[in-house]
Amino acid sequence: MGFEDTALMSRILTLMTLSFHIIYATIGVGVPLMIMIAQWVGIRKNDEHYILLARRWARGFVITVAVGVVTGTAIGLQLSLLWPNFMQMAGNVIALPLFMEVFAFFFEAIFLGIYLYTWDRFEDQRKHFLLLVPVALGAAASSIFITIVNSFMNAPQGFDVLNGELVNVSPLLAMFSPAVPTKVAHVLSTAFMTSAFILASIAAFRLLRGSNHVYHKKALFLTMKLALVFSVATAIIGDFSGKYLAEYQPEKLAAAEWHFETGPEAELVLFGVLDGEEPKYAIRVPYALSILAHGVPSGEVIGLNDFPEDETPPLWIHYLFDTMVTLGMWLAFFSFVFVVGSWRGWSIVKQKWFRWLTVLSGPLAMIAIEAGWWFTEVGRQPWILRGYMKTSEGATASGQVDLMIVLFAGLYVILGIGTVVVLSRMYKRNPVEKELAQRESEKGGEES
Amino acid sequence: MTLEIIGISVLWLFLFLYVIVASIDFGAGFFNAYSAFSDKQHILTGIIQRYLSPVWEVTNVFFVFFFVGIIGFFPQTAFYYGTTLLVPASLALILLAVRGSYYAFATYGAKIDHRGYIYMYGLSGLLLPAALSPVLAISEGGFMRLEGGQPSLDYWALFTSPLMWSIVVLSLAAVLYISAVFLTWYAHKAGDVKATQLVRKYALVWAGPTIITATGIIFELRGHNPEHYASLLDLWWMFALSFLLFLGTVFLIWKKRNYGLAFILLVGQFFTAFFAYGASHYPYLLYPHLTIYDSFTNESMAIALIIAFIAGLGLLLPSLYLLFRLFLFDKDYVKGKSDYHA
Repeated sequence: MGFEDTALMSRILTLMTLSFHIIYATIGVGVPLMIMIAQWVGIRKNDEHYILLARRWARGFVITVAVGVVTGTAIGLQLSLLWPNFMQMAGNVIALPLFMEVFAFFFEAIFLGIYLYTWDRFEDQRKHFLLLVPVALGAAASSIFITIVNSFMNAPQGFDVLNGELVNVSPLLAMFSPAVPTKVAHVLSTAFMTSAFILASIAAFRLLRGSNHVYHKKALFLTMKLALVFSVATAIIGDFSGKYLAEYQPEKLAAAEWHFETGPEAELVLFGVLDGEEPKYAIRVPYALSILAHGVPSGEVIGLNDFPEDETPPLWIHYLFDTMVTLGMWLAFFSFVFVVGSWRGWSIVKQKWFRWLTVLSGPLAMIAIEAGWWFTEVGRQPWILRGYMKTSEGATASGQVDLMIVLFAGLYVILGIGTVVVLSRMYKRNPVEKELAQRESEKGGEES
Repeated sequence: MTLEIIGISVLWLFLFLYVIVASIDFGAGFFNAYSAFSDKQHILTGIIQRYLSPVWEVTNVFFVFFFVGIIGFFPQTAFYYGTTLLVPASLALILLAVRGSYYAFATYGAKIDHRGYIYMYGLSGLLLPAALSPVLAISEGGFMRLEGGQPSLDYWALFTSPLMWSIVVLSLAAVLYISAVFLTWYAHKAGDVKATQLVRKYALVWAGPTIITATGIIFELRGHNPEHYASLLDLWWMFALSFLLFLGTVFLIWKKRNYGLAFILLVGQFFTAFFAYGASHYPYLLYPHLTIYDSFTNESMAIALIIAFIAGLGLLLPSLYLLFRLFLFDKDYVKGKSDYHA
C-alpha cells in the first residue's frame, strides 16, 4: 500500500469517526443548556411540567453522553493513531487546549453523574438545579477548547519554523488564532440551535402521534423559541465567518463559491453545476459575495486563480457550503414563522403538514451540522495544518487502516442503532402521561 | 526536579489512578457476568449499578487524560507509539465501546437485562487489560522495528514473547484482585452479607496469582532487558515494601476485619510497585529509541501545561470529593436505601 493510500484511508476513518461523533457532541453541548432552561422555568413558574421535561430530557441525554464518551475517546486516540506525524508537530504547539479539554470534560462528567443520581435528593430544587450549571459549562468549555485546536489547523500561529525545527513557541498565541472567535461562536450557537430543533422535533412528533397533552405543547413552544434565538445568532455569526474566510482563508471561500477571478462586485453562486470555470443552472445573487466577504458591494474578493493549483480545496465543497447555508436560512425562517404564528394565533401553526415540517427541522439541523463540518474540513485540504503540513504528510505509515475502517464502521452502526432503539423504547415504556399520573398519586399519598 | 520529571510524574500518577479505578470497573463487570453464568445472579448487580454507573465516565477520563497528556508533554511519543499501536489501540477502543454502551443502554437506559450483553460486558473487562497491557511490554524494547525511518510492530516477536504474556496475565490477575478487594469493602459497607462473602472469596483466590506473576515479570526482564532489570534491583526496597503491604491486605481480608484499611493497603501496594517500576524505567519511554528528554516538548509548552494542570486540579479535587462523598461515603446511598436516579 502506498503512502498516498494510507493518507486516504486515514482520512476516510477520521471522516467516519468525526461525522458520527459530531451528532453526539452537538447534543452533548446543546442539550444541557436546554435542560437548564426548562428546569429553571419550572422552578420559577412552579410548573411541574417543565421540571418533568428537564428530567425526561436528562434521562435521554445521559445515554447520548455515554455514547459520545465512547466516540470522543475514539477520535481522541485516533488523532495520534492515524495522524502521528501531525500530532508530533501539533503536540508541540497546540497541546494546551487539548489538555484543557480533558479537564473541562472531567468536570462535566463528574457533575453529570451527580446531577443524574440526585433527583429529589435535595429539599430545595434550586440546589439540584445548580449542579447542572457545571455540566453545561463543562460541555461548552470542552467544545470551545476543541474548536480552538481546529482553528489552529486553519490559521496556525504562535511558532516559527527555523531549519525544519519549531522555535519561539507561544502556546497562548497559538490558542488565540484569528479563526477562534468566529469558529467558537459558530460551533456553540449551532449546537444550541440544533439541540433545540431536535427536542422540538420530538415534541412535535408526540403531538402528531395522538398525544394532545399540554406537556408536549409547552415543550414545543419553549424549544422553538430557543431555536429561533439561536438560528438568528447563527446567521449573524455565519456572516462574520464569511468575513473571516475572506481575510484569512480566501481559497476556502473562493472554492465554496466557485469564484475564480479576483475582483469587486462579486456575485454569490447558489447550487448549479460547473462547466469549466462557468457555473451553470445556478442561482446568482449579485454583489452578495462581496457583501458576505467585506460588507460592501465593492469589496474585492480573491479568486481561486490566485493560488497554485495544488493548494486549493476540491470544488465540490460548494455543495456542502450551499447545503449548510440553505438549511440554516430555512430553519431561521421556519422558526420565525412558528413563533410569530403561535403568538398571533395563526391557524397554519396547528396544521398537520406544519407539524411534520417541525418534526423535520431537527434532522435538517443535524444535516446542516454535518455539511458544515465536512465543508470546513474538506475546505482546508490539501492542508492538515494550513501552510505548514499537507494532509498526506501527517498520516500514519501503518498499512492496517483499511481493516480498522471496517471495524469502526461496524461499531458505529451498532452504536447508532442501539441509541435509537434504547431511546425510543425507554420513552415508550414510560410515557409522560403515565409518569405525570404517578407523580400526582405519590403527592396525594404524602398529603393524606 | 526538571520539567521532564514533573511531566512524567503527573502522567504516571494519572495512569496509576486509572489502573485502580478501571480495575475496579473491569473486574466488577467480570464478576457480575460470572455470577450470572453460575446462577448466583443479581448478587452483585445492585452494587455495580449503584457505584459504577455514576462514576463510569469519570473513570474513562483518567485514560483520556493520560494519552492526551503524553502527547502534550512528549509529542514524539505520537510518532512512535501512534504508528505502531494502531491495531491494539483500536481493539481497545472497540472494547471500551462495549463497556460504554452497556452503561448507556443497559443501566441508564431501557434496563436491557439480556444475558448476552452481561457476558459481553464482563468479557470486555478482561480483554481490555489484555489489549492495553502489551504496551508495557513494547516499551521494554525489542518489539519495534524502524523501516525507512518508520516504526512498525513486530507482531511475531511480541506474541511469542514470554514477557508479553506474563504482563498480560499479571494485568488480568491484578484487575480481578483489585476489584475484589474494593468490592469486599463496598459490599460490607452496604451491609450485603452474601455479596461480601462472595467477593471476599474472589479476593483471596486472586491474591496468589497476582503476586506470583508480578514476581515472574521481574525475572523475565532479566533476560529481555538487563539494563532495566539492573535498575529494578536497585529499587528492591520499594518492591519489598510493596510486598509487605500486600501481606497486610491479605491478612485483613483473611481475618475478615477492617476491609477499608485492606483496600488502602492494596492501593499502597500498587502505588509503590507502580512507581518503583516507573522509576526504574527512567529515562526511557521506549527502549532504546525514546527517552523523556529527547521527546520532550518545548519549555514554554511544558510550563503552560503544568500551570493548566495545577489550575485544573484545583477544580477537580473538590468535585471528585463531592462525587465520592455522595456515592462512596454516603451510607444510605451505598445501602441502596435511596434511589434518586433521573
